[in-house]
Amino acid sequence: MGVPSTTASAVSTASAAGAVSAQLPAHLADAIRDDAALRRFLHGLPGVDQVGLEQRAAGLATRSVKKAAKLWAIDTAIRMVDLTTLEGADTPGKVRSLCAKARRPDPERPEAPGVAAVCVYPDLVEVAVAELAGTGVGVASVATAFPSGRSSRQVKLADTRLAVEAGATEVDMVIDRGAFLSGRYGEVFEEIVAVRAACGDAHLKVILETGELATYDNVRRASWLALLAGADFVKTSTGKVSPAATLPVTHLMLGAVRDWHAQTGEARGVKPAGGIRTTKDAVRYLVAVHEVAGPRWLDPHLFRFGASSLLNDLLMQRRTQLEGRYSGPDYVTVD
Amino acid sequence: MTSNVWEYAPAPESRDIANLRPNYRMFVDGEFVDGAGEPLKTVNPATEEVLAEVATADASDVDRAVRAARRAQETVWGRMPGSERAKYLFRVARLIQERGRELAVLETLDNGKPIKESRDVDVPTAAAHFFHHAGWADKLAYAGYGPDPRPVGVAGQVIPWNFPLLMAAWKIAPALACGNTVVLKPAETTPLTALALGEILQQAELPPGVVNILPGAGDVGARLVRHEGIDKVAFTGSTEVGKEIQRAVAGTGKRLTLELGGKAANIVFDDAPLDQAVEGVVNGIFFNQGHVCCAGSRLLVQESIADELLERLRQRVTTLRLGDPLDKNTDVGAINSRAQLERIRELAAAGDAEGAQRWTSPCPVPEKGFFFAPTVFSNVHQAMRIAREEIFGPVLSVLTFRTPDEAVAKANNTPYGLSAGIWTEKGSRILWMAQRMRAGVVWANTFNRFDPTAPFGGYRESGFGREGGRAGLEAYLASGDEGAGI
Repeated sequence: MGVPSTTASAVSTASAAGAVSAQLPAHLADAIRDDAALRRFLHGLPGVDQVGLEQRAAGLATRSVKKAAKLWAIDTAIRMVDLTTLEGADTPGKVRSLCAKARRPDPERPEAPGVAAVCVYPDLVEVAVAELAGTGVGVASVATAFPSGRSSRQVKLADTRLAVEAGATEVDMVIDRGAFLSGRYGEVFEEIVAVRAACGDAHLKVILETGELATYDNVRRASWLALLAGADFVKTSTGKVSPAATLPVTHLMLGAVRDWHAQTGEARGVKPAGGIRTTKDAVRYLVAVHEVAGPRWLDPHLFRFGASSLLNDLLMQRRTQLEGRYSGPDYVTVD
Repeated sequence: MTSNVWEYAPAPESRDIANLRPNYRMFVDGEFVDGAGEPLKTVNPATEEVLAEVATADASDVDRAVRAARRAQETVWGRMPGSERAKYLFRVARLIQERGRELAVLETLDNGKPIKESRDVDVPTAAAHFFHHAGWADKLAYAGYGPDPRPVGVAGQVIPWNFPLLMAAWKIAPALACGNTVVLKPAETTPLTALALGEILQQAELPPGVVNILPGAGDVGARLVRHEGIDKVAFTGSTEVGKEIQRAVAGTGKRLTLELGGKAANIVFDDAPLDQAVEGVVNGIFFNQGHVCCAGSRLLVQESIADELLERLRQRVTTLRLGDPLDKNTDVGAINSRAQLERIRELAAAGDAEGAQRWTSPCPVPEKGFFFAPTVFSNVHQAMRIAREEIFGPVLSVLTFRTPDEAVAKANNTPYGLSAGIWTEKGSRILWMAQRMRAGVVWANTFNRFDPTAPFGGYRESGFGREGGRAGLEAYLASGDEGAGI
């Protein structure tokens, strides 16, 4: 069989599974019974044909969204942005100015919606929480030894607790790609379950880092693995690896949450992150959300953009739609 | 129609781009001229409005066009070095690209197909056929048909209404590349883009008479293929008319290729990439409203996954947007004519009567124009008319099978043999199946992909001869003591 599970991890997969399987339909509860069952389930998922998937994604990208439909898309996309700064050079000052932007993206047009959340490293969560208290803008924190995920379970859980205790309402964890690629699915599952527990009430987004998983079959398996382990969102990328989010990968993940909903009745979210910079790109993603997952997913609770420069392009295009002429990059604030 | 949460605003392509004129004339001997036939009115099937009046040919016009083609073949085109002919074909290909938007809008107006298809498939593929064959014109000695292949002479070509411009390109480009000249008859309901192509040929300064275009109904086609000045007949259309032509041509020494109907099977195994198989099935039957001779009109699905696949298929079909063909977001356009719409309705009613289960997409259907909502019949059996007859519309018949042998038997159990699709992740099964399919084109994990380098054509009642690729040159080349100029 070549199932690389040890008795110890099989046992802990089983106990981890106990925490999430209560409401699952029988065939999915069965899938997480132990390592071998999980492996059988993931390898039993239908394959993904690369040419067909990419053709479909390219076909949908030719949708022409104009006028009122475009303005609606721009406002919806703004409400879906997780405004992100994840630099070694981040400072409290930088985070504060990002929070100001998140609260009121376009100071000259106060009716422009705010973004969904600000996304920072764990040590800066406190600063963001203080800035955003009472605004309705969430604070997301990356955790679990972001971006590589190469550390011990203890460190990853401590990282998560640091973020949650500082007030993060959302946690963006990374999966252990090394474990996934060597076929230790039980270990990846168990770790997500453990982080999920450490999150408490905070929402959990699970970053698959699809650029490192390399194949669409892997992306589908990893998406199902994360959904089975209790991810509220599956997220494409850290933004630190190229390629980051792509349309075909996002199509695939939207298909996974659509199928998850069909089988369990639960609606889970998708977050493409990295490389989405223009309104045109964002609208293409929304078209995919609309036509692959369904209109219900056109909601910041179920779809987010991990982005930094996208917001300003959305704001510029918003003004263009309202004023009938183009403005320039100096008419939106740089934070 | 997917929701009212987010309605895409109408995004129509402007019809002014088509440069539509009230009158169109025949293209004979390098000039646009009046025809002696009764003019026909061509209709926009999406609105039922008359688009233009088009001159048609009578017997004397056919005669004049064939004589012009003969003279051009013998005095200019047949003697021209291949490298020179290639320059004209390259020029035509580039002009098609330059006028691509105009041709796409004109095609959509006249045919009813969605602008996204005429823009992204018909026009670019038409240009690709001219580019491809331009490349062959000076390399014919290396095509495998002898060291000194010669043109056949004058080709009489009759094309259908489902891909009006693209079929004209499929027919004209190889004929010209090989040194033949052409008299082409476009379909009665869709003559406009062929005549626009005539303008492009003029613009490219193609010598007069090399291509002649005679609009008209079936009688013009019948005269053309029977004309004694024709050396080669090429026809794409219905099997019924194909058989008539074959009878007419028999014993005359004329060469003949026929590309006729089909009832292709799209075969989905239980290990298929399901989401992409659903896409392929949708593309197979709803592309161009199902007006495709190689359409995957029979879905053969392995019984163990039939329910799941059908459920996914219905969900996907529900998202298809039917309506104004000029809207860039329209997926399914108008049925080309009232006659065709009647035929589709008649066959769908036969499906009901024979006990198949009809499911129709809940999409809204415009009140005006010829539209038919995407329809899936399940519980279909081989004995039913909807499993045997070509519907040529957006109607899919779903059958099931249990084993690969049964799939082969059912797929081949049709008088046609044009195309087939195989969906499985197992490479060895693709090869095993492809060897057993009696079909001219077999697609694996995709459907309805066309490329000028790939020969296209059928078996049995789907016709004979190939178009495209090296094999497609054979119909237009003579060797030994055959052919023009001997």
